[in-house]
Amino acid sequence: MSILVNKETRVICQGITGSAGLFHTTGCAQYGTKMVGGVTPGKGGQSAAGLPVFDTVEEAVKETGANATMIFVPPPFAADAILEAVDAGIKVIAAITEGVPVLDMVEVYRRVRASNSVLIGPNCPGLITPGECKIGIMPGYIHKPGKIGIISRSGTLTYEAVWQTSNLGLGQSTCVGLGGDPIVGTSYIDLFKLYQADDQTEAILMIGEIGGNAEEAAAEFVKAHVTKPVAAFIAGATAPPGKRMGHAGAIISGGKGTAKEKQAALEAAGIVVAPSPADMGKAIQKAIANAA
Amino acid sequence: MKIHEYQGKELFRKAGVPVLAGQVARTPEEAAAAYTKLGGKIAVVKAQIHAGGRGKGTIVEVPTQRGVQLVKSAEEAATVAKNLLGNHLVTIQTGPTGAKVNQVFVEAGCDIDRELYLGIVLDRAVAMPVLMVSSEGGVEIEKVAEETPDKIFREHFHPAVGLQSYQVRKLCKKLNITGPAARSAEVFMKKICRLYVDLDCSMAEINPLVITKTGEVIALDAKITFDDNAMFRHPDLKELRDIAEEEPAEVRAANTGLSYVKLEGNIGCLVNGAGLAMSTMDIIKYHGGQPANFLDVGGGATKDQVVEAFGIILSDPNVKAVLVNIFGGIARCTTIANAVIEASKQIGITIPLVVRLEGTEVEEGKRLLRESGLAMITADNLTDAAEKVVKAAAGA
Repeated sequence: MSILVNKETRVICQGITGSAGLFHTTGCAQYGTKMVGGVTPGKGGQSAAGLPVFDTVEEAVKETGANATMIFVPPPFAADAILEAVDAGIKVIAAITEGVPVLDMVEVYRRVRASNSVLIGPNCPGLITPGECKIGIMPGYIHKPGKIGIISRSGTLTYEAVWQTSNLGLGQSTCVGLGGDPIVGTSYIDLFKLYQADDQTEAILMIGEIGGNAEEAAAEFVKAHVTKPVAAFIAGATAPPGKRMGHAGAIISGGKGTAKEKQAALEAAGIVVAPSPADMGKAIQKAIANAA
Repeated sequence: MKIHEYQGKELFRKAGVPVLAGQVARTPEEAAAAYTKLGGKIAVVKAQIHAGGRGKGTIVEVPTQRGVQLVKSAEEAATVAKNLLGNHLVTIQTGPTGAKVNQVFVEAGCDIDRELYLGIVLDRAVAMPVLMVSSEGGVEIEKVAEETPDKIFREHFHPAVGLQSYQVRKLCKKLNITGPAARSAEVFMKKICRLYVDLDCSMAEINPLVITKTGEVIALDAKITFDDNAMFRHPDLKELRDIAEEEPAEVRAANTGLSYVKLEGNIGCLVNGAGLAMSTMDIIKYHGGQPANFLDVGGGATKDQVVEAFGIILSDPNVKAVLVNIFGGIARCTTIANAVIEASKQIGITIPLVVRLEGTEVEEGKRLLRESGLAMITADNLTDAAEKVVKAAAGA
């Protein structure tokens, strides 16, 4: 199996007529994702990337049977687009959009959590089950079907981890980019639950970064509930306090959220922590060997 | 985006959050005039810089002068303003060189009964804003959080609904605020929470929040940070930005759509993606080097942006070598390769350059660099790149 998405997943793109939406819809379709349509309010009836465009998500779901969406809608309208997808009953919502005002996400988060939908992002690369379904902006060819579940708050650093596990012959079950914002729809813990229950996933690689305490919470959860081998890397060991490192969420404030604290919490939970980003692949190999 | 105390207080005034009368001054004469206009027997002259800890901070050029001082005459206001203006204030948040004081705020005094702390931030763990208050006003709240966390009281509120009366009652009970002060506290707390939402703040901190002897609740300080992502909704707030408070190279980067943070080391970094950029700094340090900056050229970097990124990195005189680390996703390796070639033509790169490319269009990108005839060191993976750039910086 895999988690969240597979070869049966039917995907639409919200914001399909924008340049990024169009480019990545084409990219995902070429990878083999079942792209079935798109939504741009006011452009219903047109076609884009060879797919039908609808005015509303409700209509798109009715006509195409879509159960996943990839959102490229600009930041001022992104919260509305996510809520529309929830309203239409879309199961997997990947919000790629970067720069969504954080207070917009307070209500979005509540509605998503109270629904049957899963929101990945915003400000994320998306998610991919190699060889089956790519929803997002990651370069497809670096992925190989396999046994590692990868969870990350960052985009390009995920590619690095994917590349290392592909080169070691481990491959990936499903890779998910949670997003770099202070409020995102899905937590590490949500995904640990899914990976723990997934047969294809044999080990889990978690890539965290400074700021907040999501990694510490995940470490507690792993210690109590995850029996599969887990390895981790935390980015930002050299980041100075009070400076935002690109992601709105990556900031050490009041001496909290440092890489050191996070590494200590992970190690205390029996997780193998990679000392350098070049060793993420080796760390997951080590975690597997330790468990054997 | 951060703003000054006097700007924050103007926003408070407009939103009905009680503050004292005060006036900004840019010369000693203006400070004296402001004192006279306030008409009281005392006033407080406060240096206006974005960093906190001003009261305990000292002026580099006049070591006896603190950043905040009580004055009792127009002459004294002018003298203090003279000591502050144009000089550098060092606080626990500024670093050893301090921040230049370009304006002071002259504010009326008041009869203080109690000093409290009030702060609003986003609580990521529950995805809601949280109002925090403490009886330990005037001191560093980080210290209170560490040593006596039970003295900080919290109430979450939904942006659309705002803070409720019962929440204020709970807080007042815990803080032992009664009578007229409790009524003032209710108005104050509800309005400050509303302001936090209406102006898309990412932080609002009032330390100290005072209760006067007559039971009024007043903001004696105003430290506000706005959510940069929400600035499109607030064109008026953009005008409050004070470029003089920001690192020039960071301003230049932001104008080009790059994310740049200056650091103290000597190895310049040019990377795509925030996570990879942070990790690149980490791996340089892991191999014994010191990164000079964080720089994320973003997902859809154009050639012009990358050329400008090189210009920014090389404008730092400490930089002895540069590491380009690109994992192409949306950003293509060919774009980066062309930009490196262009930058070296335009700017002339005279220090060692280590390039590691991976991802979309990597072979073509590598070929472009090879055929350009530029002097550069290529690296095959992260470790190789870090080792090579650390060695190059040490040898330069």
